[in-house]
Amino acid sequence: MSALRPLDKLPGLNTATILLVGTEDALLQQLADSMLKADCTSELKVHLARSLPLPCSVNRPRIDLIVFVVNLHSKLSLQSVEESLCHLDAAFFLGKVAFLATGAGRDSHCSIHRNTVVKLAHTYRSPLLFCDLEIEDFRAAMAQRLVRLLQICAGHVPGVSALNLLSLMRGSENPSLEDL
Amino acid sequence: MSAKEMDETLAEFFRRTILKIPMTEMMTILKTWNFLSENQLQTVNFRQRKESIVQDLVLLCEENHASLNDAAHLDIIYTQFHRHQKIWDVFQMSKAPGDDIDLFDMEQFKSSFKKILQRALKNVTVSFRDAEENSVWIRIAWGTQYKKPNQYKPAYVVYYSQTPYAFTSSSRLKSNLPLLGQALTVASKHHQIVKMDLRSRYLDSLKAIVFKQYNQSFETHNCTTSLQEGSLGLDINMDSRIIHENKVEKERVQRVTQEIFGDYPQPRLEFAQYKLETKFKSDLNGGILAEREEPLRCLVKFSSPHLLEALKSLAPAGIADAPLSPLLTCIPNKGKNYFKIRDK
Repeated sequence: MSALRPLDKLPGLNTATILLVGTEDALLQQLADSMLKADCTSELKVHLARSLPLPCSVNRPRIDLIVFVVNLHSKLSLQSVEESLCHLDAAFFLGKVAFLATGAGRDSHCSIHRNTVVKLAHTYRSPLLFCDLEIEDFRAAMAQRLVRLLQICAGHVPGVSALNLLSLMRGSENPSLEDL
Repeated sequence: MSAKEMDETLAEFFRRTILKIPMTEMMTILKTWNFLSENQLQTVNFRQRKESIVQDLVLLCEENHASLNDAAHLDIIYTQFHRHQKIWDVFQMSKAPGDDIDLFDMEQFKSSFKKILQRALKNVTVSFRDAEENSVWIRIAWGTQYKKPNQYKPAYVVYYSQTPYAFTSSSRLKSNLPLLGQALTVASKHHQIVKMDLRSRYLDSLKAIVFKQYNQSFETHNCTTSLQEGSLGLDINMDSRIIHENKVEKERVQRVTQEIFGDYPQPRLEFAQYKLETKFKSDLNGGILAEREEPLRCLVKFSSPHLLEALKSLAPAGIADAPLSPLLTCIPNKGKNYFKIRDK
């Protein structure tokens, strides 16, 4: 069991790998399928994990982007993500981590407040995306977005790096907590 | 005897009973009832408005001098087709130790059952219809010493004669339940009757649970090979660009789930209810509730259109850890969906 490090492996040729971490396998699987359907010039690989740390594997390619999926309907999913974050090398948080919250559309089912995930993302200085993954059209749109993010984090888009992206996204995406 | 001699209340009862039947089932139910002949049914124009069709059918019943018993039979058949519209309780009878095992006589049971009810309440309508597996459907319309039986709120009992089990539809007239239990017990030559903590709309599922018929799968093959075949199928369909990091854990969860729930479809229940009467336990020392001597009373109810299938899918969906609490998984085994939990 080792902590994941962003730059401890050589990148594959034209390959971009994303790691989706979340407790609800069905949602991750659907998101992965949607991402692979998206148009992309790079070769995509999607890894799905329930939590970190990952089981030991020599064959795992370099991970370019990690997305933590939290289901606002399930306290367990938030708890699992919080525990997983401890096993991640700090260097990942320079633009290679994002949070995705699903389930906000069905307010009556939510047991986690929006602000909780907003605070979590703010603590880890990473972007927070909202998407109801159960709705196919929203999921497809988010998948397209994630593919773009992934390409940038893998260095496939000339002139933009993960760190650039982070500062760009912070401006419009994440209002400071005082504004809420 | 003229055709128009039928009692008004009886005619109304026929009208309302036939009106309940959905048009898509009308012919099937009428044919099962077998009271009106083919020729008679052919004289009815089934393309009219439903009210008119029902009126014609009631006239035919009058022609045939239909009795209350015939109406009750039709009501039983309707209920058999729509058994899920009622909520069913389960009763278990037992014989006294040392009782001889008599051969069951259906006719004797029926006459004895009817006599016991009629002796206790002068006004009661009891009707029987034999069904599969040596079972009998009993319809009881309750009256009192002074009031005629209310035909619109009958109770139903389904008794499987080769077993000590009977299923009753929860009637709103609960005061007659002890009498019903007594009649069943004595007529079937048992000694005691006990209400099980099991209740559902789905009579067939209750049957499967109580007669332990739910765990029959139709294929006989090695359990481990079936799991491999299953997961192989998954791999072929899955994109090879998707990699599951926790494959070992996923397989463990699938295996544990299958061990507990099996391969077969689960019997259908709508809820499980747990009444807790336990003292408060806390990891923290002190706190207001920790010093409380009396137990806390609390009711936890799980509801679902198909509770057991939902429980089965919890761990594979990542919503709960596997194995699930035995309080949830013991439901079909113990034949209970009402639990009382006390401190030991």
